[in-house]
Amino acid sequence: MGRAIDRSDNKAERWKTMALVALGQKKMFTRPIPALLHLALYAAFVITQIELIEIITDGITNGHRTFAAALGGFYTFMISFIEVLSLLALIATVAFLARRNLLKLPRLNMKELAGWPKKDANLILLMEIVLVSCIFTMNGADEVAHVLQGHASYNFAISSWLGPLLFDGLSLHSLHSLEQIGWWGHFAMVLAFLNYLPYSKHFHILLAFPNTYYSNLAKKGKFTNMESVTNEVKLMMDPNADPYAAQPTSDEEPQRFGAKDVTDLTWKNLMDAYTCTECGRCTSSCPANLTGKKLSPRKIMMDTRDRMVELGDAKRKNGADYDDNKSLLGDYISEEEIWACTSCNACVQECPVNIDPLSIIIDLRRFLVMEESKVPSELAGMLTNIENNGAPWQFSQSDRGNWIHED
Amino acid sequence: MSQLHVPTMAEMMAKGETPDILFWVGCSGSFDDRAKKITKAVVKILNNCSVNFAVLGAEESCSGDPAKRAGNEFTFQMQAMMNIQVLDAYEIKKIVTACPHCFNTLKNEYPELGGNYEVIHHTQLIQELINQGKLALENGETFKGKKITFHDPCYLGRANDVYEAPRSLIEKLDAELVEMKRCKTNGLCCGAGGAQMFKEAEKGNKEINIERTEDALATNADVIATGCPFCNTMLTDGLKNFNKENDIQVLDVAELIANAADL
Repeated sequence: MGRAIDRSDNKAERWKTMALVALGQKKMFTRPIPALLHLALYAAFVITQIELIEIITDGITNGHRTFAAALGGFYTFMISFIEVLSLLALIATVAFLARRNLLKLPRLNMKELAGWPKKDANLILLMEIVLVSCIFTMNGADEVAHVLQGHASYNFAISSWLGPLLFDGLSLHSLHSLEQIGWWGHFAMVLAFLNYLPYSKHFHILLAFPNTYYSNLAKKGKFTNMESVTNEVKLMMDPNADPYAAQPTSDEEPQRFGAKDVTDLTWKNLMDAYTCTECGRCTSSCPANLTGKKLSPRKIMMDTRDRMVELGDAKRKNGADYDDNKSLLGDYISEEEIWACTSCNACVQECPVNIDPLSIIIDLRRFLVMEESKVPSELAGMLTNIENNGAPWQFSQSDRGNWIHED
Repeated sequence: MSQLHVPTMAEMMAKGETPDILFWVGCSGSFDDRAKKITKAVVKILNNCSVNFAVLGAEESCSGDPAKRAGNEFTFQMQAMMNIQVLDAYEIKKIVTACPHCFNTLKNEYPELGGNYEVIHHTQLIQELINQGKLALENGETFKGKKITFHDPCYLGRANDVYEAPRSLIEKLDAELVEMKRCKTNGLCCGAGGAQMFKEAEKGNKEINIERTEDALATNADVIATGCPFCNTMLTDGLKNFNKENDIQVLDVAELIANAADL
């Protein structure tokens, strides 16, 4: 699914963009508060992978804190660091839940988020709370059991005081059970999370990297050139062209102008749709949306993804040639939405993972105008004027230089 | 006012002369009464600095920008290719324009159709002229003590990353540059882009130019400066909505400079 587009050039620039925007979170920081909260979650997620490796190693070898012996004092520092980040992540998660459900931030409570998207967001945050709670349960119970067995404290930053606070006085057996519950709970949640990811907006944690690598590196104002049109126009303008010449034969079905459905979009448009985590920064900076129009760039991306999922499911079930008589334009996105766009690029600028809603909007317009001849009547007049007299207004081209002699 | 000197390419060619730069006037600059004043301000500056330039006059045609943004690639490419034929016939190498939409289209979208030119916005050219010492603003007390805010045209700013040239010109005036809360990369559109200039807005609860005019009013600026004829229209209309058109001026950066340099 998805038309070809070449994004293989300029590899150095692409790696740099990915390093800055995905790894470095550069664009998040235009809004510092969510950026810092997000950074806590992101850092905790990345660093916790070390502890996850140990957890899995412990599980497989039936060992206990396998890395401790080899790392010595550094191990204490490492686990403490992870614990501090995990606590920050926990705070961030609670703050995120509050922003969505209590403070009701406008961009996180728009109508396109009603139903599943809202549940998806809250579910991920709750899963993250469970993940972190399991780690603290495991480490906390282990700490208390460790001391109970006559050893010195682990001296971990959080669990070495949180453990005794929660679990002091419990029997060794109960503590071991709690530790096991923490271990299994965390591990099961990791597996569940990995399986859930591709069905969730949370997929951005992986796709942010390829998506920023394959960013549009040209100036934002440059719209794609339609080569199929170039060939036609050249033929039209060439005085030596033979209008009756046989068309070059080709087995390929001619592509339609612009996009009606997701299959007419490029693979990058589709990757954009899967990368979107529905944060709504695009929509909250969109001049059309800010002034009450129907257009929401976030909805454009969500619609593209939802339509892709629907069409993919239908084709898997009924064969690759199956046509469900539905399309992105019409069944998901209305004409009113796409005509409200001012092409100002605010949505493209804002997106923390370099998604480009504008190119989808323009491709939908191209389909409407060039395949369906459906264009708002004032614009039809504007286009006719350009064709007739070389200006969007009805002024004669021969009067173009009149200003020179006017006072 | 001294007579403007505006040679056309055809006249120049007849005399066997070649200009250093083509001034692409654009549809607004040619036909819109307000925008014509901006065009003349640019010419005054060019004349004052003895820039060897020419215009296409009746041979100029729409760059095709609104057609492309409206999704009509056919009309756009027809326009572009006809313009490229004219530009190439005159062997044009460098173009300056006072319209960010023409600027973006000529600079970014013509090369793939065979039109390769060095294209600059008029604020960039004026900055160059001042830096080269060709334009002096020493008598420029016109804007002394005034507050000026700059509205970033989307097709100059976000679309082409030109934020500093117009600001550096305003800073050359004896005035205070005040920024709106949404500026530069976060600048809010005036509402005219994407062919919206030529149609009514979709149903909503506010016009975009009103929202943007509120940003400008919040700065208490005496002058709203911009670098695009469409933004100029939208913000002027916005001021009228608040009955402020007599208190606050909307001026192109070229007009600010031409006024300050007493041209």
